[in-house]
Amino acid sequence: MSRIDKAFENKKAFIAFLTAGDPNLEKTEEYVLKMVEAGADLIEIGIPFSDPIAEGIVIQEANIRALRAKTTVEKVFEKVKSIRRKTDVPLVFLTYLNPVFHYGYDAFLAKCKECGVDGIIIPDMPYEEKGEILDIAGKYDVDLISMIAPTSEERIGMIASKAKGFVYVVSSMGVTGVRSEIKTDLESIVDVIKKNTDTPAAIGFGISTPEQASHFSQFADGVIVGSAIVKIIAKNGENAGEELYNYVKSMKDAIV
Amino acid sequence: MSKEIMKKGRFGQYGGQYIPETLMNEIKKLEEAYAYYQKDEAFCKELDTLLKEYAGRPSLLYYAEKMTEDLGGAKIYIKREDLNHTGSHKINNVLGQVLLAKKMGKTRVIAETGAGQHGVATATAAALLGLECEIFMGKLDTQRQALNVYRMELLGAKVHPVTSGTMTLKDAVNEAMREWTNRVDDTLYVLGSVMGPHPFPTIVRDFQSVISKEAREQILEKEGKLPDAVVACVGGGSNAMGMFYNFIGDENVRLIGCEAAGHGINTDQHAATIAKGSLGVFHGMKSLFCQNEEGQISEVYSISAGLDYPGIGPEHAYLHETGRARYVSITDEEAVSAFEYIARTEGIICAIESAHAVAHVMKLAPTMSKDEIIIICLSGRGDKDVAAIARYRGVDLHE
Repeated sequence: MSRIDKAFENKKAFIAFLTAGDPNLEKTEEYVLKMVEAGADLIEIGIPFSDPIAEGIVIQEANIRALRAKTTVEKVFEKVKSIRRKTDVPLVFLTYLNPVFHYGYDAFLAKCKECGVDGIIIPDMPYEEKGEILDIAGKYDVDLISMIAPTSEERIGMIASKAKGFVYVVSSMGVTGVRSEIKTDLESIVDVIKKNTDTPAAIGFGISTPEQASHFSQFADGVIVGSAIVKIIAKNGENAGEELYNYVKSMKDAIV
Repeated sequence: MSKEIMKKGRFGQYGGQYIPETLMNEIKKLEEAYAYYQKDEAFCKELDTLLKEYAGRPSLLYYAEKMTEDLGGAKIYIKREDLNHTGSHKINNVLGQVLLAKKMGKTRVIAETGAGQHGVATATAAALLGLECEIFMGKLDTQRQALNVYRMELLGAKVHPVTSGTMTLKDAVNEAMREWTNRVDDTLYVLGSVMGPHPFPTIVRDFQSVISKEAREQILEKEGKLPDAVVACVGGGSNAMGMFYNFIGDENVRLIGCEAAGHGINTDQHAATIAKGSLGVFHGMKSLFCQNEEGQISEVYSISAGLDYPGIGPEHAYLHETGRARYVSITDEEAVSAFEYIARTEGIICAIESAHAVAHVMKLAPTMSKDEIIIICLSGRGDKDVAAIARYRGVDLHE
């Protein structure tokens, strides 16, 4: 059983996202470990990119801060290696395709395996294009995680049936960012996913409150939170540890 | 290689659909709608009428006699896209796309713009065809091209100054894409160049190919033979693709694209993607981009806001790779000199973008014989650039 499978075993998973290198890579390690201590079941680490087209303003700014702090792919790998020595929590990269393409697909995924990265989410690589990386990811036991959106409709079955690791269900239209209300009929989407795969389904985009986490975890296998966490880091800079711990704990406790 | 060419939405290894899942169904709907309407007689007739009666096509193929004599080499013809309604080739594409949007049942269009030409054209077509219009423009460009911002507003469009990233064209595309993922049901993203995810590079090329369709017929009528070279400026590459397309099969016609070298391709202030870029995946396509060794997209620079883009359309990357087209770089200084030259010589104030093509012809024509022919695609008029050129030359203008 993979580390990702274990995160969903007999429980609902709380998945926390942060951008690597925001405000610096030392803090990234500290914050990851803090969130794990608070109960996070899986950590999504964003590799900063100059033009993150699927992100709202909060995560865009985190990308800029991380790049200004001279974060590079190589340094992120080194840091993840160090984190892996201290925890067994599943670690998943969120990255745009270009940095991976530039590093070289084979070299990047080999390095993922070496550093203990369990999966990779590429928001600008839809089902139709993932052929160029799928076999390489498989060769290094890295799950290429698929996304399903409110507009996916008849594509849900096709995507879900080939899903690895977990299915990332995008809650809303648009880009990442905190939303007070999510109107998509996510229960029906999760239903279709369940008919097509045993791979767990986690919901992300726009989730920030324990009430939302509690609600979605009633029918999904996990809840993903990004912008709300990045906001705490943006506000507190190098002193975000305690607030992150309290926030993640409150979210984890809210999940049924 | 041949198998790759056959792949849908690809030009060799270039192209593809590297976009978020949220947009996939919409992009497929666009693909289907375009496949249907491009063969639909009523649609083609309606577009043709708009191009003729509204945009003023066919555009003139003008024999630049004075320039020809002055340069003392090849005979120079100018394809006058600057004479189109709204002052550039951009109208060819937007009339097609906005009409397509309307047929698809959309009530709103969004678009990015650099210099403002595509934004103005989109706002114009939206006003004419009765669709809501919102334009995304880098904040820096809204300042460089304030007049065009006001023009778009006069036409009823809402202009959003984009403050993220480098606040130029690339960021305007980012923001337009983000807005499209936010609202697809009633909205079509009217992309302005031969770039982005499939089917945009093909749609925009097809709508722009009217340029070379006309030019080919016009030169055959005037000269009884095909040109030896056609020359066009390249940012994303829409006027160049339009100018090249119907000559691609004519092997003896040299296709030359002119990209912006800014302060020089050996400085870090240029937008010369073919000369200095490398293979990457960005804005929905696999193509060539100006980027660093980490795959972070570079800040690019050109005096021309319309060429100030860190990538190039996938079909150009392919034409470059196969050697069918050749690409040269033109500096700000060369472009400004050409801008001044064609004004004095032919009485034409052309867009600073188009001046990049003129600059190359000034070098090329004297090396060719008098029985050879060059066609320049003069993609737009230069009213919008007059103030910037004055600034460049140190002239202080008070309006």
